[in-house]
Amino acid sequence: MAVRDITLGQYFPGESCIHRLDPRVKIVCTFVYLISLFVVKSFSAFLLCILFLGTVIALSKIPFKFISKGLKPVIFLIILTMVINLFFVSTGDVLAKLGPITITKDGIYRALFMGLRLVLLIFGSSLMTLTTKPIELTDGMEKLLSPLAKIGLPAHELAMMMTIALRFIPTLLDETDKIMKAQTARGADFENGSIKEKAKALIPLLVPLFVSAFRIAGDLAMAMEARCYHGGSGRTRMHQMKLGKGDAVAIAVTVIYLALVILSRQLPLL
Amino acid sequence: MASDPMIQLKDVRFAYEQGEDDTPQAAEFAIDGVSFNIEKGSFVAIVGSNGSGKSTLAKHMNALLLPTSGEVLVDDLNTVTESQTQPWEIRKRVGMVFQNPDNQLVSSVVEDDVAFGPENIGIEPSEIRRRVDESLQMVGMYEHRKKGPHLLSGGQKQRIAIAGVIAMDPECVVFDEPTAMLDPKGRREIMSIIRKLHSQGRTVVLITHFMEEAAEADRIIIMEHGKVHADGTPAQIFSRDDLGVLALPFAVKMAKRLRQSGIDVPADIVTDEQLADFLCSKEQG
Repeated sequence: MAVRDITLGQYFPGESCIHRLDPRVKIVCTFVYLISLFVVKSFSAFLLCILFLGTVIALSKIPFKFISKGLKPVIFLIILTMVINLFFVSTGDVLAKLGPITITKDGIYRALFMGLRLVLLIFGSSLMTLTTKPIELTDGMEKLLSPLAKIGLPAHELAMMMTIALRFIPTLLDETDKIMKAQTARGADFENGSIKEKAKALIPLLVPLFVSAFRIAGDLAMAMEARCYHGGSGRTRMHQMKLGKGDAVAIAVTVIYLALVILSRQLPLL
Repeated sequence: MASDPMIQLKDVRFAYEQGEDDTPQAAEFAIDGVSFNIEKGSFVAIVGSNGSGKSTLAKHMNALLLPTSGEVLVDDLNTVTESQTQPWEIRKRVGMVFQNPDNQLVSSVVEDDVAFGPENIGIEPSEIRRRVDESLQMVGMYEHRKKGPHLLSGGQKQRIAIAGVIAMDPECVVFDEPTAMLDPKGRREIMSIIRKLHSQGRTVVLITHFMEEAAEADRIIIMEHGKVHADGTPAQIFSRDDLGVLALPFAVKMAKRLRQSGIDVPADIVTDEQLADFLCSKEQG
């Protein structure tokens, strides 16, 4: 039963004005925000980004704890980036010297700058996945990419694949659980032994899992055909995405924000 | 009975694996010379043991499989010629519910899954909304419309799958062993929905190996080794003594015993309800 408890993606259910935004608007605004982080040249301009992000977080009513969870898997990457910048930037006033490694004022500045940028990057993108259901994200992506279908980008097919993948994560987890139990009953040991032994123990799990994944795929393809699926052409959608007042406000705010960030390059306020 | 056929099978043969040029041997045919009609508005059960070709036959009824020889006509459309251009014209008319409830749901939201079929045939969005709500209400799953299928029981998932088929508004629904993977409660729920569909005037084809379920149909076809072994009303079928491994429904066995002990039970009593009604009226009379 344990495997059933996993949440799909990391959606945090809510009814805030951020949750209710059109997924297309959220994707575009997040994208703009991510780009803005690379436009920024100074710490003072980062204040703008923090202000923007902070407002959105406050509006979304998601506890900060959940958003900071997104940092966990990449914390090592952030520290590594900071350390490399700290040790290998050799311009500016030297503060300390240890063998071939020098720590300079510029190095500290760069390390903090890069670290902050990465943290803001992660917060921004997890905010989008926290406030948007995976299925809405997929639909939004399909709609946004659909103009590119004319030049051969399979927008509908990509979205369909995402939808099916999301749908079958719990099914395949159940399947894994079942196979694990079946193999354990036959004496397989998944918990003890060295890393090499553990890896070897996975073979009797992975082979049946792949076989059953193919069987499921075959069944599903037949069921989809039986329900008249024939690709994206001539297909209608039940959910029609409509841009509302809130979406207009979100776009306006994001545009103003981007303008301010670009302006901050020209006018060093601090 | 009015002879307005929904599905016509004419000497259908089908082999799963075909050699390059040599015609398959008779033993390799999964379906071997099957001909019958299914009338509009009827409720036909197709029964047979494993490997009798009943599921293969079902897949011919909406052009998922095409006959190796012979022909299948759905509402007078030939499945072979229609498949080359627009197989969905046939599948729009004949919907299909499969055995495994898990492997036929497409979306991780119940109502989106029900909308999948109507979306594929290009129905207006507002009309899809109406049909989705209506069919979810019909199978009694409306309050679960926002949930993920992985949170539902097998019987509930199967009801969603049925709703997805009803939302396409087919004239005929083929059920391919819809209760095989369900518990008794789920099985009862599905059977009551099947009865409801039939009472709405839709043609129902039920593939099953439960004789109790087949007894509710108005016609039973028994398949054996790819051929039609018997074809008739439940009363006719259950009075035969060459049914082999297929177990008779409880009510029929009970009626036989009652007859042996001198109670005159009519031959057309084949379901538990009919038997109960008969016995109660007997007591009063």
